[in-house]
Amino acid sequence: MSRGWTDLGYLVAAVCFIVALKGLSGPRTARAGNLIGAAGAVLAVVLVLTAEELDHLALILATVAVGSVLGVVSARRVAMTAMPQLVALFNGVGGGAAAIVAAVEMGAVDGSGPLVAALFTLVVGSVSFAGSAVTFAKLQELMTGRPVVFPGGPLVFGGLLLLALVACGVTYGIQDDGPWQLGAALVVLISLVLGILFVLPVGGADVPIVISLLNAFTGLTVAASGYVLGNTLLIVAGTLVGASGTILTRMMAAAMGRSVTSILFGAFQGGSTAGSQEASGRPVRSAGAEDVAVLLGYARSVVIVPGYGLAVAQAQHTIHELVEMLEARGVDVSYGIHPVAGRMPGHMNVLLAEASVPYDQLKEMDDANSAFPSTDVALVVGANDVVNPAAKTSPGSPIYGMPILSVDEARAVVFLKRSMRPGFAGIENELLYDPKTTLLFGDAKDSLTKVLQALKTL
Amino acid sequence: MSEGMALLTIFVLAVFVGFEVISKVSTVLHTPLMSGANAIHGVILVGAVLVTGQADTTAGLVLGLAAILLATVNMVGGFVVTDRMLEMFGRGRRRPPRDTDPAATSGPPEPTR
Repeated sequence: MSRGWTDLGYLVAAVCFIVALKGLSGPRTARAGNLIGAAGAVLAVVLVLTAEELDHLALILATVAVGSVLGVVSARRVAMTAMPQLVALFNGVGGGAAAIVAAVEMGAVDGSGPLVAALFTLVVGSVSFAGSAVTFAKLQELMTGRPVVFPGGPLVFGGLLLLALVACGVTYGIQDDGPWQLGAALVVLISLVLGILFVLPVGGADVPIVISLLNAFTGLTVAASGYVLGNTLLIVAGTLVGASGTILTRMMAAAMGRSVTSILFGAFQGGSTAGSQEASGRPVRSAGAEDVAVLLGYARSVVIVPGYGLAVAQAQHTIHELVEMLEARGVDVSYGIHPVAGRMPGHMNVLLAEASVPYDQLKEMDDANSAFPSTDVALVVGANDVVNPAAKTSPGSPIYGMPILSVDEARAVVFLKRSMRPGFAGIENELLYDPKTTLLFGDAKDSLTKVLQALKTL
Repeated sequence: MSEGMALLTIFVLAVFVGFEVISKVSTVLHTPLMSGANAIHGVILVGAVLVTGQADTTAGLVLGLAAILLATVNMVGGFVVTDRMLEMFGRGRRRPPRDTDPAATSGPPEPTR
């Protein structure tokens, strides 16, 4: 095959990756997007194996086969709950591969640009490899998930970073006619330590965000190796991952109500998630109306728990509209009515009857409670104390012993709330901080209207 | 335009494409998207193969093969694990929404995946 056809093939693969990322960001197209990405990757590998002049082809093919088996088996075998650490591991080995490529190629590069890119890959690839290994250890509970901090940590980190730069400078200087291999080895060693120190202070709950950040790092190293090798596909693919990974990192952090800097450096100031025992300022997962629409629209069963907030916002008509739309999509919807939800007994029944909600959709507390374990999403609209698990679990709590709607038994919980303020009884609700809980802040009627609109476009 | 400049141009344009292409993602999809992007950078396998295919020292060959192994695990495992996550996600759908092709809704019910 001529050079032109090969390059055209690489371009097709690059376009596949762009389409894949675009597809992965929508619920309907995600799976197809992933397959398109895989097709692009297969195309690229077939091209490089057939079109380029390669020695050691048998060894290369054998290694690819072994790697494929390892990849498929680990990806298929792992439990769903262990997915994040597997992604961390895959990211780490990718960073490691990029660093090795840079190290091998370093002796052959010509000119300052590619050499700087190779050194960059060496540093960041090693950081990504070591950092991912630590995130894996944290998630796999091979080590404590709490932030690991020691006095002078930031100083040590800064000092090592400076040292890494100096080592890079020396290696740059001796690449032509000196023992540059020694310099490169030193760079890798320092960078590995940097990677470990980078992730140690991050608390357990924030680790997925750091994986995303390291993922973006690895993307950039791949782009830099593409520059070293003069391969445009690597540049495009790596840069895409670097850029989209950066955005994704920020989105993930925003969804947890945290900033990326507070996650990375929070532990130094004592503000990281796993270290804090105080209720206030703990991370909650807040989402947009689109997210809630996706959760509801793709659920099999939804139980709505209305409370005083629904009454205040006069949102009974809007919620009825939402329920009708969900039912049209084939979702099984009912209302779980707590006897004292609102400010008077039976408040909710009256309110919903006004919006002509069919009576058979209203479930009394006991019926609703037996339904929650098989419910996909519990949508709590402006209620708080009547779903607070503290009533069951904290003997010291003022509401202990009060019968509640056990929304915590549903697979996912969505709270529509005006703010993080505790409910009528003034008690903090642990459920708000549960990982399966999503919060949508705002007036119940506004929020429901937005969810309704988002659902229409789904 | 020199080759280096052309590569830099591609890089800068790709940055903007990367920023644009995922402007709005539902939180439900954050993890699969991260995992999918992770699989895409496994394409460093192409670089690893190129380097190994030109290796003329034993050390270079061994390192290159190590890079190939790691990159393949990254790429293959990444796409497979992403597909598994998305498979779970699609399972929540019971029937197709009403706004799709009416012929689809009147047909036999979709098998439960």
